Amino acid sequence: MKFLEGSLKREMFKFFVFAAAVFTAPVFFRGGYIVNVLVFVGVYTILSVALNLLLGLAGQISLGQAAFFGLGAYISGVLTAAYGVNPWLAMAIAVIVVGMISFVLGFPILRLRGHYLAMATLGMGIIVYIVFNETIDITGGPSGLSGIPNLSIFGIIFNSDIKNYYLVWFFTSVTILLSVNLSASRVGRALRAIHDSEVAARILGVNVRLLKVQIFTISGIFSALAGSLYAHTVQFISPTSFGFNVSIELLTMVIIGGLGSIYGSFLGAAILTLLPELFRTFQDYDIIVYGIVLIVMTMFMPGGLVRGIPFLARALFSKVKHGLSSERRV
Amino acid sequence: MDLFEQLFQYTLSGLSTGAIYSLIGLGFAIIYNSTSIINFAQGEFVMLGGMLTLFFHVSLGLALPFSIVLAIVAATAVGALFEHLAINPLKDAEPIILVIITIGGSILIRGVAMLLWGKDTHALPMFSGNEPIIFMGAAMMPQNLWIFGITLIIITANRVFFHHSISGKAMRACSFNRIASRLVGINVNRMVLFSFGISSAIGAAAGIIIAPLTMTSYDIGIMLGLKGFCAAIIGGMSVGMGTVAGGLIVGILESLGAGLISSGYKDAIAFIILLVILFIRPQGLFGRGEAERV
Repeated sequence: MKFLEGSLKREMFKFFVFAAAVFTAPVFFRGGYIVNVLVFVGVYTILSVALNLLLGLAGQISLGQAAFFGLGAYISGVLTAAYGVNPWLAMAIAVIVVGMISFVLGFPILRLRGHYLAMATLGMGIIVYIVFNETIDITGGPSGLSGIPNLSIFGIIFNSDIKNYYLVWFFTSVTILLSVNLSASRVGRALRAIHDSEVAARILGVNVRLLKVQIFTISGIFSALAGSLYAHTVQFISPTSFGFNVSIELLTMVIIGGLGSIYGSFLGAAILTLLPELFRTFQDYDIIVYGIVLIVMTMFMPGGLVRGIPFLARALFSKVKHGLSSERRV
Repeated sequence: MDLFEQLFQYTLSGLSTGAIYSLIGLGFAIIYNSTSIINFAQGEFVMLGGMLTLFFHVSLGLALPFSIVLAIVAATAVGALFEHLAINPLKDAEPIILVIITIGGSILIRGVAMLLWGKDTHALPMFSGNEPIIFMGAAMMPQNLWIFGITLIIITANRVFFHHSISGKAMRACSFNRIASRLVGINVNRMVLFSFGISSAIGAAAGIIIAPLTMTSYDIGIMLGLKGFCAAIIGGMSVGMGTVAGGLIVGILESLGAGLISSGYKDAIAFIILLVILFIRPQGLFGRGEAERV
């Protein structure tokens, strides 16, 4: 128990350092374009943390994550733009509805494993994408939905990059805090047990089926939250933001950061969002980079950057030390 | 046109896309049976078939039959290379890792195709004639006959290979029990390589025969691949008539749905079938349940 308390304390410390960095970051950038990009980093961090809870922690793959992202965005967007619902209320409705959808869908879908689960979630994602495109009366179809209002609180309207930054990163930090806690809790350990062996977890008294559905639901809820935030900050949504490629992008973010590492997901989201901004020429070809990254990372650095870099550093360092000691021997 | 003729027309066009799905499904099943891997890159070989033929025929000006053969050979080589570089080193990894690797391979192949040939949609010339044939009131291109014929040949060749040749039998043995196969002297690694080669070749062939009808571009692989997977799932991942029937079912339902309900939701139909089958009968319509090994 002592050890666990210690590890929880360390996690809290890490989180406060992270939150402090998030809070002060815009000061260094002094507004401007980079803050706008950081808003998206925040949204994608929520999404990749959500996928990581499912994939890294519980070992259940989802290739349809963009569907929940899109559902959150469209529910929030349609309710506010077409029906004049209060944005906060719309966000709450989006999160609750997507939570319920993923809970109900979770039971049949998580009975599947491995490749079959991957295909089923992929199919689910594509069906939702087609629905976004075809229900033109509601979603505006391929040409998108515009006129989504900003969120506002106490008379502050979140209509500038810097305001959106604090809005989005508030929710991102809360998501990270909850996820870190979840991962360190009894439930987190049960989920890791499922990851390693479902049968062993069941024998130890873990309600495997329910727990998998619950983590799937939590993942759906976080994704819907990200969707709603996205809709209200960008104020325009179209189906392409929620297609198959986005699900793959999220998967790449999680793999880059490392399966099961919450801060790794932030790192992955930051890298994949910032890189294309730096290298404008990539544009369409970033998909090739994703392909290479997916293959190379899973083959050579399965722990992701968060675990891979310290490992490499140590390997390199010990080689240097080894080199020195062998020299001394000569 | 009365309703019967209309239904007949839809069924006929559904059968030819269904034949394509059957072939792609067979590709999935062949790899699954020898490695327990679902190759997410399967659809990309279908794309490669069409695009490579186009490249050899239009860009290099080679004769169509020659281009087709070259395209199949090249796609097979890509498949074998992919197995050798990415799958073989990680064979025993957990399924999630293999899913991610094959997805990575899939978007890499797609990306390189986009880089090489651009984003435009191209049509391959019909194999013979552009005049539709009227058959019992339904119009049909000669290309549809090519599709039926070639599909039939591939399915038959497949059956003969897996049931009557030593290599085919060895591959089936690997799918039943790898360790036992190794013990009786089968080179399991080589069989896995074969299975990737064969399924890439079949996928490429499917992509070539459909290209004159539906056009081809760098990104057709996702949809075709997923629908082929749907066929294989309905068939219970069998390398045989189950998957063929699955492909035809998907093709016909899709064509009827597009004609009678809405063409916008055409692509959704296959995935709804896929989800329903996975939820209700994951062993497929024709497959038998299998006890899970722990």
